[in-house]
Amino acid sequence: MVPLCAVALLAGCRGPLSTLEPNGPAAAVIALLWWAMLIGAGLITLLVLALVWRGFARRADDGPGEGFWIRGMGLGFTLSILVLVVGAGIRTGERIQPHPDPGVLRVEAIARQWEWRFRQPGPGGALIETLGRLHIPAGRPVDVVIRSEDVIHAFWVPQLAGKMDAVPGRDNLLRIQADRPGVYQGRSAEFSGTGFAGMLFEVLAWEGDTPPPFTDKDAEGARAE
Amino acid sequence: MTPPQPNLPQSALKLHRELDRVWGRPPGLRGILISVNHSELGLRFMIAAFVFFAIAGCLAMLIRAQLATPAGAFLDVGLYNQFFTMHGSLMMFMFAVPLLEGLGMYLLPKMLGSRDLAFPRLSAFGWWCYFFGGLILLTALAAGVAPDGGWFMYTPLSSKAYSPGINADVWLLGITFVEISAVAAAVEITVTILRMRAPGMKLTQMPLFAWYMLGTAAMMLVGFPPLILASVLLELERAFDWPFFDVTRGGDPMLWQHLFWLFGHPEVYIIFLPAAGAISTILPVMARTEILGYGAIVAAILGLVFLSFGLWVHHMFTTGIPHMALAFFSAASALVAVPTAVQIFAWIGTLWKGRPEMHLPMLHLMGFFSTFVMGGLTGVMLAIVPFNWQAHDTAFVTAHLHYVLIGGFVFPMMAAAVYWMPLFTGKAAVRGPGVMAFWLILIGFHGTFFLMHLTGLMGMARRISTYPDNPEWIWLNLSSSFFSFIMAAGFALFALDLILQWLFGAKSRRNPWGAKTLEWAMLMPAPGYNIASLPLPGQAALQIARGEGALPGAPRDRRETLVVDALSGEARHVAVLPSNSALPILSAAVIGGFVLLMLSSFYVAAGCWLFAVAAVFWQWQRWMGSAQGEDLIPAAPGLYLPVHHEVPDSLARSGLICLLIANGALFGCFLFSLGFLSVIAPNWPAPQSALPAEPALLLSLGLALCLVLSSLLARPRLGSGAGPALIILILALGAVIGLALILEDPTAHARNALRAAALGYIALHCVIAALLAGLCRVQRRDGRMAANRPGAAPVWRLWQDYTTVTALLLIATVGLQEGLS
Repeated sequence: MVPLCAVALLAGCRGPLSTLEPNGPAAAVIALLWWAMLIGAGLITLLVLALVWRGFARRADDGPGEGFWIRGMGLGFTLSILVLVVGAGIRTGERIQPHPDPGVLRVEAIARQWEWRFRQPGPGGALIETLGRLHIPAGRPVDVVIRSEDVIHAFWVPQLAGKMDAVPGRDNLLRIQADRPGVYQGRSAEFSGTGFAGMLFEVLAWEGDTPPPFTDKDAEGARAE
Repeated sequence: MTPPQPNLPQSALKLHRELDRVWGRPPGLRGILISVNHSELGLRFMIAAFVFFAIAGCLAMLIRAQLATPAGAFLDVGLYNQFFTMHGSLMMFMFAVPLLEGLGMYLLPKMLGSRDLAFPRLSAFGWWCYFFGGLILLTALAAGVAPDGGWFMYTPLSSKAYSPGINADVWLLGITFVEISAVAAAVEITVTILRMRAPGMKLTQMPLFAWYMLGTAAMMLVGFPPLILASVLLELERAFDWPFFDVTRGGDPMLWQHLFWLFGHPEVYIIFLPAAGAISTILPVMARTEILGYGAIVAAILGLVFLSFGLWVHHMFTTGIPHMALAFFSAASALVAVPTAVQIFAWIGTLWKGRPEMHLPMLHLMGFFSTFVMGGLTGVMLAIVPFNWQAHDTAFVTAHLHYVLIGGFVFPMMAAAVYWMPLFTGKAAVRGPGVMAFWLILIGFHGTFFLMHLTGLMGMARRISTYPDNPEWIWLNLSSSFFSFIMAAGFALFALDLILQWLFGAKSRRNPWGAKTLEWAMLMPAPGYNIASLPLPGQAALQIARGEGALPGAPRDRRETLVVDALSGEARHVAVLPSNSALPILSAAVIGGFVLLMLSSFYVAAGCWLFAVAAVFWQWQRWMGSAQGEDLIPAAPGLYLPVHHEVPDSLARSGLICLLIANGALFGCFLFSLGFLSVIAPNWPAPQSALPAEPALLLSLGLALCLVLSSLLARPRLGSGAGPALIILILALGAVIGLALILEDPTAHARNALRAAALGYIALHCVIAALLAGLCRVQRRDGRMAANRPGAAPVWRLWQDYTTVTALLLIATVGLQEGLS
């Protein structure tokens, strides 16, 4: 029964933009972190509410004193949980940083109101600019250089990794990786005005050593360099 | 010191009549416009805040209606953007902050045993600024030109290039106008708590609510200036093209984010602390016991005040700041959960210790526990950097912040409203409708926001208006929208219940909850003067009403109350508080005129209008100072105290110190901006300076010399140097104008714009210093200064020294910049 519920729950969490259906290493460790924190938070909530309820139900006058509540629960209990969570967070965060690595491919994502342009190696190895579609190799780490030409946007492909802002005047770096070939939905996450809701893009992960020929869809707005 | 002896008992009715005459206000509209009474103004703040809650709540309903279906055509995008921006802005600035100010203003003098707040006219001035500012925002909303860039107004989206209309100006000018009332309330509350307690009440004997409000007020003094500075800088950029945030000309949009969140995160605790203060007050009463861990709670408050200024960056985890820096802010953000947890467990321990009874206020506190704990836990999750990279800017954050704000603020405030309602109105509550309202709100709330966490994790970004490609979110959004209407019905019933209680409720008995705090020693509803005499240690309601405490009645026909030593609570002097006045509303109106001129882009007229502002504020001094000496006032047998004209450490001086702390925070943020842009912003170093070296050096040295001389002249007693200082300050202003003339074009680069802003800051402070020096001249002429009556001299001296020090720092900074380049 419990596994069945879990399966049903997990199935309900799927979706093209879902962080709970990870398809890359960064998204996977973050999803794992989430489930761990969810279980912990659930238990703590139950514990606190049970303690509140007990305050009404009990009638003995020999309850624990200030030492238990303040030092034991307030400081001791809270601090030990926080050390655990923050430690796990820093470790996880460090693992998915874009550390220098010769095997990493570098592509560019340039945002403006309300579209994304990408520069990536095309079938012949030359850099090709596309509108709304980013082509990356599957199974290989890719560093996305993110920049903006006008206001602040954010590059986000939930199934592959967390998000990173596109800030005018700066180059930000985000490491993404798709474990399997396929199409992954991306969108801008930072509010940017009236066209914000439709500021979507796709990441196409290809298999093999060289990218397949770009399709007609890529050619729209595409420009070889 | 031995405690003062009680006065002889008198007729309570006679005292009431005497006090009512002195502390009352004329009936009708005129009385409403000129009233300065803290109870009336506090109630007005609270009622207006609830009105804004209703308006912003209606906007939320419109937002939920739009999101109920994936391709909602209910609102067009432009309107939708205005509505969510205004929903957030109104809830933060027009509901939450004014509500806590109102509650503090209403309760503090009563709990501490004082007759009013420290600066009654300032309370009224703050109220009218809030009122007029709110009118401007609502007019913009009705006219369809409301702000639409999101409540945190990120640049460059809110800059002129991407928001050409007046929408953003409405936010920057309107909210800043309203913030005057927040700073005024912060000054007021700090001074009242530190210096207007009942004689003999040590800091460590204060009711916990006062500790919470002291922490809140301190945070407001330091937390609002970054927002005010950011708003002024952005408005200068929009109005005059000074590029503080334009990255192509040496500005940086990240500067806005730092300044905004330097305000924005403490703001969360500014909102939470008073609510927690209400819990710490109400929960022990409902549990028929004393609070557990008074000392630990005070330590937790101080810890929160301190920590909350060290974690603003956790709103900026996805902006590209190096991970190790983020790790520091992550740890600091998590650490803030410790003082919060200490309070939660202290409250639970209090429940265990006592015999809790489930009255309506307690029910709302249960709403708090069942909501806020989850909000706190999702807050810890969001403080974890990698998780934040996924959850940031999604519906998960929307859900989290509503769990924290409704759980941590609205539920405790509802508890506070029903708990203190008998004191506000004198009427007793009916149980039924309030309980039903509670359950509707609780069920509606969790129904709306619990699954919204999942909506966010499934990829729904904040602030999108349609989602045609994501059918997997439909059922989540539809259920959120459905339950949000249940919650709205609950709030409507809650409001209706309070209104009915106020209009038709049975008369409440005195102290209906059996509480031990002083506010319940008053008549219900509380009269304008609060208490017939100021309670001495150990005195009960009856003795206070019969005038056995200090300063019974109003025998000298003026509004008198006691001022004490900040730490020990020993009575120091008698403050005569100002009576009803039209100046507060006039002053707020004249500032409102300035705001409207700025909004209409009549910048020259706005500049000239400043003379009208100065002229109106000059009128405030007419009531100050006294031309005659006065004997010591007998406050109680053996306790003879001087009146405030004759002491050096008057309330005015304490108030100015608070204001200068806020001003110093603003100045510090300005220096931070200068440093941030020169070190972090791209497009620095600035182009080679073309400032003519010799005139610049000469004028700067001249300015520095003038200010140092003015500070020296402010030192002799009784403002005898005021005349010469006035001339020297005018020379200083001449030097500022000279510097402004040789300054390079402020629109060319942020460096020049920063220098222009610095000159403006110096000029403003010199003008105020000159006005204060002029005031000393006038007071000397009128005999309002004498050997033991210092008049405005101590205030001028403080302001003068602040002006000199900040100006010297700015001159040195620019000199350093020039020397280095």
